[in-house]
Amino acid sequence: MAYEYEAYDVCVVGAGHAGCEAALAAARLGLQTIMFTVSMDSIALMPCNPNIGGSSKGHLVREIDALGGEMGKNIDKTYIQSKMLNKSKGPAVYSLRAQADKQDYTTEMRKVIENTENLTVKQAEVTKILVEDGKVTGVQTFSDAIYPCQTVVLCTGVYLKARCVYGDVSNYTGPNGLSAANHLSESLRELGIELYRFKTGTPARIDKRSIDFSKMTEQFGDEEVVPFSFTNTPEDIKKEQVSCWLTYTNEETHKIIRSNLDRSPLYSGDIEGTGPRYCPSIEDKVVRFADKERHQVFIEPEGNYTNEMYIGGMSSSLPEDVQYKMYRSVPGLENAKIVRNAYAIEYDCINATQLKPSLEFKKIEGLFSGGQFNGSSGYEEAAAQGLIAGINAGLKILGHEPLILDRSQAYIGVLIDDLVTKETHEPYRMMTSRAEYRLLLRQDNADMRLTEIGHEIGLINEERYEKFLAKKQMIQEELTRVEKATVGGNAKVNAILEANGSTPLNSGATIAELIRRPELTYEMLEEIDTKRKPLPKDVIEQVNINLKYEGYIKRQMKQVEHFKKLENKKIPENLDYNQVYSLRIEAKQKLQAIRPASVGQASRISGVSPADISVLLVYLESR
Amino acid sequence: MKSDTIAAIATGMSNAGISIVRISGDEAFSIIDKIYQSKGRKKKLSEQKSHTVHYGYIFDGEQMIDEVLVIIMKGPKSYTKEDVVEINCHGGMMVTRKVLETAVKYGARVAEPGEFTKRAFLNGRIDLSQAEAVIDVIQSKNHYALQSSLNQLKGSVQKKIVEIRENILRDVAFIEAALDDPEHIDIDGFDKTLLSNVESNLKKLDKLYQSSDHGRLMKEGINTVIIGKPNAGKSSLLNGMLKEDRAIVTDIEGTTRDTLEETIVFDGILLNIMDTAGIRQTKDIVEQIGVERARNEAEQADLILYVVDSAKALDENDDTVMEFIKDRKAIILRNKIDLKEMVSKEDIILAMKKYSDKESPIVDISAKLQKGMQELENMIKDMFYEGEISFNDEVYITNVRHKAAIKEGIDSLEQVRESIHNGMPEDFYSIDLMNAYKVLGEIIGETVEEDLVNKIFSEFCMGK
Repeated sequence: MAYEYEAYDVCVVGAGHAGCEAALAAARLGLQTIMFTVSMDSIALMPCNPNIGGSSKGHLVREIDALGGEMGKNIDKTYIQSKMLNKSKGPAVYSLRAQADKQDYTTEMRKVIENTENLTVKQAEVTKILVEDGKVTGVQTFSDAIYPCQTVVLCTGVYLKARCVYGDVSNYTGPNGLSAANHLSESLRELGIELYRFKTGTPARIDKRSIDFSKMTEQFGDEEVVPFSFTNTPEDIKKEQVSCWLTYTNEETHKIIRSNLDRSPLYSGDIEGTGPRYCPSIEDKVVRFADKERHQVFIEPEGNYTNEMYIGGMSSSLPEDVQYKMYRSVPGLENAKIVRNAYAIEYDCINATQLKPSLEFKKIEGLFSGGQFNGSSGYEEAAAQGLIAGINAGLKILGHEPLILDRSQAYIGVLIDDLVTKETHEPYRMMTSRAEYRLLLRQDNADMRLTEIGHEIGLINEERYEKFLAKKQMIQEELTRVEKATVGGNAKVNAILEANGSTPLNSGATIAELIRRPELTYEMLEEIDTKRKPLPKDVIEQVNINLKYEGYIKRQMKQVEHFKKLENKKIPENLDYNQVYSLRIEAKQKLQAIRPASVGQASRISGVSPADISVLLVYLESR
Repeated sequence: MKSDTIAAIATGMSNAGISIVRISGDEAFSIIDKIYQSKGRKKKLSEQKSHTVHYGYIFDGEQMIDEVLVIIMKGPKSYTKEDVVEINCHGGMMVTRKVLETAVKYGARVAEPGEFTKRAFLNGRIDLSQAEAVIDVIQSKNHYALQSSLNQLKGSVQKKIVEIRENILRDVAFIEAALDDPEHIDIDGFDKTLLSNVESNLKKLDKLYQSSDHGRLMKEGINTVIIGKPNAGKSSLLNGMLKEDRAIVTDIEGTTRDTLEETIVFDGILLNIMDTAGIRQTKDIVEQIGVERARNEAEQADLILYVVDSAKALDENDDTVMEFIKDRKAIILRNKIDLKEMVSKEDIILAMKKYSDKESPIVDISAKLQKGMQELENMIKDMFYEGEISFNDEVYITNVRHKAAIKEGIDSLEQVRESIHNGMPEDFYSIDLMNAYKVLGEIIGETVEEDLVNKIFSEFCMGK
């Protein structure tokens, strides 16, 4: 029989990367928060790849950090190898990625969670969301305990009606045999929430002792490590790093896969969920890119105190006996002992166009959601949404406006806008090409973009904020100084210029002008820029980037100005599009279904034309 | 709120002696200062009193475009409540378009259809109760613009744009895939390949841009369709109208239609003439398709030339034609008057009465012997000058809009070239490449949406 257990302000359902950020954010805003998990031992679990960051995902982590989230700090504590990818490219696509010790990652996050004020953790399966008059009133667990609350954040990840599959073996469990959440889907459907079924997969883990690394290429971490969190300096987190390894599949591997395709649940139709194109299983790769002779395989350690190695690039749902043969055909894996089989996992998630940009359900007040439940993929995407959903679940109770980052402010803004505006039919992954203003949204300036916002919400403390302001001022002052500081075309100056492959000066020039030359940097001019004071590295980095890419940055800022115009035109929540005179039917239906928050969001809905936007603008004006 | 500056031809272009190019927005005066010169070359219009008229010339640099009267109106006392300049042009359609292009070249943007009205409304110039009327203007203008931009775009132009965009997208997808997954995809040394691709795309775009000067992006003019039953003499008529001494502006290459199309000019009137398959009831599928196309062309035509074979009795095929020309502007040509008469004028009038009260003019001709052709020309001229037939003016604007889009595409690709020369990192290339992809898409009515992401996933194997 149902009974009332304890009341809270905020209930967070799920304790993965989204759930942890959501719960921490709400608790740190001073709200009584409870986080439910199916297993206390799997808080912030990394059930797939053993790393955090990478292209565009690294950006997300730094943004999470700048807003006062936890992921950046946690990976800084627990990384075992770190690399800045794309160093030879532009600063906008530099991408930080770190290998994690998975066990440490979980342990460290658990420590933080368990020691945060206002935050309670409970091992229980939430089976029902309680709603009265379109408003959340609480949640109910499998044991019929009711937790009354004001807001709920759903972060169920891949656990809703989860099913793990390889070959003809299938289990209704979450990752790693953890129990699935089998009841909540029904409750959501009853509330009128539309569910999708998505699929993803993971490769096998292999015992390190059975791998012949002499047949592989060793891959090292960077000598100089950049921390994810703006609160850390490189010195703070310096440590001995471990290596990853690179090997390749071959014709033999592909033959094994091809001759067993009929036994793959992906091709037999046993898996109904939609899988991500960017993270295909090895059987998918072999079929879709038939002319490729080999595929890369990355062998990555799962931690410092385990022999398990993650076989990146070879996720699969082929039967166990085929997996055995397939992995053993790869150079260096001839004698591989498989510790965990590769598998595919299917799960329920939602069509995220049911959400507002605040991540609150349009139809159910007080119900928020984040993470893979919203149809995304990846730890970082999950954490980013969890943070925003948690913040907004808290802000709502506090009676404040929700935090909505737009596409010109953060990758988080792009991520959420895409999810709630464009219906995604596969797990959504962040990519730098999705960010139209990516020159502005760099990983190096995430603090410049977002610390102020984090402070205003209450997740960035005064000490950190003061530090940030000081950094900002140093950058500003140095930019002003180098614009004014001049050097003459004398022998000393020209010697330095020529030594760095730059044309000598005939007359004077400012230091800024010299930094703008593609071949020169701020650092190279040390000897001739005599009035220079010593500055921290991250300040110098900002000065360099701001000057070198000034033209491009200004252009994008102009585009942003244009973008903001439509973004700032808000649409009333209750607008009846059927009343909008002369709107085309297709546009009417799309707008009615998605109910965009602004004219800008409306303009990004596929099927809504510029003429429809004009009509909408005129209509809004005339109301 | 700061707004960009827009320009368009504010008057219909078919048969007016004067047409007006209107510029509205913050830059309106600074633009007119750059392109206007008074007789003494000293006057600056931005310094003149509002609501005054000025005589002078429009120049593109050193080149004089037209002799004009310019009216200046400072906001908020103007139609849009913004700074507005109206240039009264005297030189006819081509020159007016050139004036518009010059304004665009010096910083204006070609207005979206209905945008002046939209701005007038949003700036509070038009009463709120007029919202529906304003919406109607926007919708109908957009409808026309859409029609003209899709129907009137030449098939060959469309084909080239599609091809160039596809090339661009492939390059961007490669760059982006490599940026996204640097450990799987290596783009070192790609600049050289990209540079040669950019050069080749630039060449193609330059060619398109040049041809746009002669209005060759769009099928401008009066869309004229010749229809009739088989062997009525339609092709002879077309050949007859294309006399040797008449300039053939262009033969349309690469049109996907199996209809024959020619453009001719007489007395400053531009006709696009299209010959169509003979209309007859048939079971042959290929022929049915031809007939269906003829019907579609006729539906979009500004003028129909219906050829009647006067040496054969009217039959059910003539009925079919008469049925679908009933409410349209048409001239009926009684052809083959050199042969024995089987169909008289009265027969035709009587037969047409079944479908319409409206009487279409009838001209007797012999296409074979070139008889009655002058009368036909006179008839078309009269109808045009009396405003009975006109055409979709939006074509001219669309042409300018397309031209501006091609220019922006060229600028973007040149920016890529420069970035390559300056040794900028690859991620900068894709920003300008994508802009070129986007603006070129506007010409053929395509948006960007998920194109890039789809391309990346379909062409490159990535991921863990």
